[in-house]
Amino acid sequence: MNATPLLDAPPLAAPVAPAPARATSPAARRVRAVLRTPSLLVAWVVVLVVVGWALAPGLFTDVSPLTGDASASFLPPSAEHLFGTDRLGRDMFARTVHGTSTTLSATLIAVLVAFTVGALLGLAAGYLGGLVDTAVMRVVDVFLAIPSLLLAMVVVTMLGYSTQNIALAVGISSIASFARVMRSEVMRVARSDYVEAAHGLGVRRSGVVWTHVLPNSLGPVLALAALEVGTAVLAVASLGFLGYGAPPPTPEWGLLVAEGRDYVAVHPWISILPGLLVAALVLSTHRISTWLRRRAEEVA
Amino acid sequence: MTTTAVPTAGPREAVVAAPAEPDADADAAPLLRTAGLRVAYRTPHGEHLAVDGVDVHVAAGELVSVVGESGSGKTTLVQGALGLLPRTARVEGSIALSGVDVTRWSERRLARVRGSYVGYIPQDPGTSLNPVKRIGTQVLEAVVLNQRPDPGSSRAERRDAAVEALRVAGLRDPERVSEQYPHELSGGMKQRCLIAIALAGRPRVIVADEPTSALDVTVQRVILDHLERLRTDLGLGVLLVTHDLGVALDRSDRVVVMQHGRVVEHGGVGDVLSRPRDAYTRRLLAAAPTRHSPRLRATVVGPVTAPAPAPPPDPGVPPLLEAVDVTKTFQVGHGRARREIRALDGVSLAVVPGRTHAIVGESGAGKSTLARLLSGVGAPDRGHVRVGGVDLADLDARARRDVRRDLQFVYQNPYTSLDPRFTVERIVAEPLRAFRVGTRAQQRDRVVDLLEQVALDPAHLARRPGQLSGGQRQRVAIARALALEPRTIVLDEAVSALDVSVQAQILQVLVDLQERLGLGYVFITHDLGVVRQVADDVTVMKDGRVVEAATVDALFDDPREVYTRLLLDAIPGGAR
Repeated sequence: MNATPLLDAPPLAAPVAPAPARATSPAARRVRAVLRTPSLLVAWVVVLVVVGWALAPGLFTDVSPLTGDASASFLPPSAEHLFGTDRLGRDMFARTVHGTSTTLSATLIAVLVAFTVGALLGLAAGYLGGLVDTAVMRVVDVFLAIPSLLLAMVVVTMLGYSTQNIALAVGISSIASFARVMRSEVMRVARSDYVEAAHGLGVRRSGVVWTHVLPNSLGPVLALAALEVGTAVLAVASLGFLGYGAPPPTPEWGLLVAEGRDYVAVHPWISILPGLLVAALVLSTHRISTWLRRRAEEVA
Repeated sequence: MTTTAVPTAGPREAVVAAPAEPDADADAAPLLRTAGLRVAYRTPHGEHLAVDGVDVHVAAGELVSVVGESGSGKTTLVQGALGLLPRTARVEGSIALSGVDVTRWSERRLARVRGSYVGYIPQDPGTSLNPVKRIGTQVLEAVVLNQRPDPGSSRAERRDAAVEALRVAGLRDPERVSEQYPHELSGGMKQRCLIAIALAGRPRVIVADEPTSALDVTVQRVILDHLERLRTDLGLGVLLVTHDLGVALDRSDRVVVMQHGRVVEHGGVGDVLSRPRDAYTRRLLAAAPTRHSPRLRATVVGPVTAPAPAPPPDPGVPPLLEAVDVTKTFQVGHGRARREIRALDGVSLAVVPGRTHAIVGESGAGKSTLARLLSGVGAPDRGHVRVGGVDLADLDARARRDVRRDLQFVYQNPYTSLDPRFTVERIVAEPLRAFRVGTRAQQRDRVVDLLEQVALDPAHLARRPGQLSGGQRQRVAIARALALEPRTIVLDEAVSALDVSVQAQILQVLVDLQERLGLGYVFITHDLGVVRQVADDVTVMKDGRVVEAATVDALFDDPREVYTRLLLDAIPGGAR
């Protein structure tokens, strides 16, 4: 659709000059590589701006997200109200900015849960093999067989409606894919000559796992985590949209979209602009994930 | 399938004409000639000149070898001759086929010449065939693309053409092979299928890039014999690229020696052999092991100034490492396809201090299985492995771990046996840390000392494997094996993946260390030339059994078994 509004944020990027110094440290080279790829640059800018909103919303808007001016309801986007106003005359941009921290923290908790539990399960299954492998992977198969959004809804219903529980539920529903990727990586690394060599040198099993197997299997799993951030944002927003999360009037991205859905025909910006933001964030994390995966491949 | 044959008007006329036209003056121009060929790759760090002004030509009925170590530009030269260079390559100079300059030809025009004028035999038969198509189909594809049979020709006729191509390539039962899939064939048979595909277009020149490097010596000999016959019988020109100077000297009319992208020596085999003009060629000649290479002697004399010859086996000294009647079988497949493979069958050998015991044999002989059992990985089904007189089977896990301190292993491939994330210092210190030998500072001193022993500059301490060359990595692996002062080291094809000059350096390091520390080596290899250089005792294996065991001189001078003689005769470099 009209993708112009979602790219409003990036202009911040334009003034960033190409790396000035001929620095040769690895970090500097990495920064230069990012600057040379415009799509990657845009992705990083989107992510950084959104993170900025989450950490310090006050820096980006001084309008209250909760109180509105009833006489200024349903105003279309303008210089004064970047994202327009809603039914109660609340500034949508302020609500979006203030809602970021809720959505983003839920997302990060979800990914953290999925990453930690999934990676540990995958490590155990891949390295120990045998019965442990069979047991863990059959459970994982069951999880994979249930659509993850449905699974998340079941978990939230069990735990009670709240944003923290959404985070947990989304995390639990994506443990399975982490476990699978980690298992296959661990199996590849565990077969390698250097792991066998370490055993042969007399390094204890636990030492081999922590110093050789784990660090060398993490690359693709980290790339998956970046990808999962995007998916988790979507899942958190979807559950919020369906009303499983924070109660109104708390601003949360999914809820913002839901509140505008009665007016889509007449005042489309209320739903569309927060929705486009979700889309932009998801696309950006995907772009960054691809980049991370390529770098992991280059190292290997 | 045949749509590729549909002509597009215009430039095609010239394409078809080009390979045919030179027939008239074919005598004058060589089949393949590069003149002042320069190929540079664009990289993020600037241009990298891979081939720098190379002149090579191949005439009809001539076999020309290009010899060089890794990084010498051999493969780039081949890709240039075939017009297969990647886009990042910048080409200067000219490539001419029968006198027609094809340097500026488009990809489409070149594609018509490839196969029908220049045939290509790739390096690794294991990966160069499509695993899900029958051999016949793959050869047929080449036949249809290049011979352009009558559109009216029947399926059976085309199939016959494919079978005929397989027969010319020297396969004994081409009908059966054409119905088989690549995984059902041995390496040598696959390489012949690739030769059949290369011949299917009836080319005038064949470019073979290391066609036998992945094969056993006896198979290598058969394939090279066949290439020579193609040259003599069909009058083809052959450009053979190899890292093996022995192969080049045995087989070619002329030899081109390359180093750093330049031709450093070019001439007839006799000239290069008897009067090498270039220092690098002389070094290569000296480094390449042959059947008659002398035993390497230690260059550094240790604290105990012993006379140079290796001590004779003393019956009073107990062996460091001993296998007695070892048998090992593996179960492969599932269900009905389940069967047993006997990898080792009643193998015995003994390793004594200060001597090198070589285990030789072709792929599938059970060498690696034996090496693993000897180093305590896995247990034999029958028989005993004894380290210093103690049977490994009698030890619990803890005692086994202690035995490992005396017994170390060096892997074939230094690119996979070192953790890519570790620094050199951490790699070499790993066994010291595992057994808590000394403080951090002492460990560091020991690592520096070990690196000096393998002739590696301590400046490499902070580097990671990715920043080292193959030879440097193997030295790191040897330093790591030495860290715990073992008495025996098992070397599984430890120099096979390295260039000959690097191989010579590593072998010298090993011989010096043996002299100084009185180490016993188990040296597993397929290369009998190397055996002559470093071994004292030799065990020849075939299909899991010991064929012959003797001292190195006895084995080379007076082989008792037919198989041993076959192996010895197949060593390249006999021309010297």
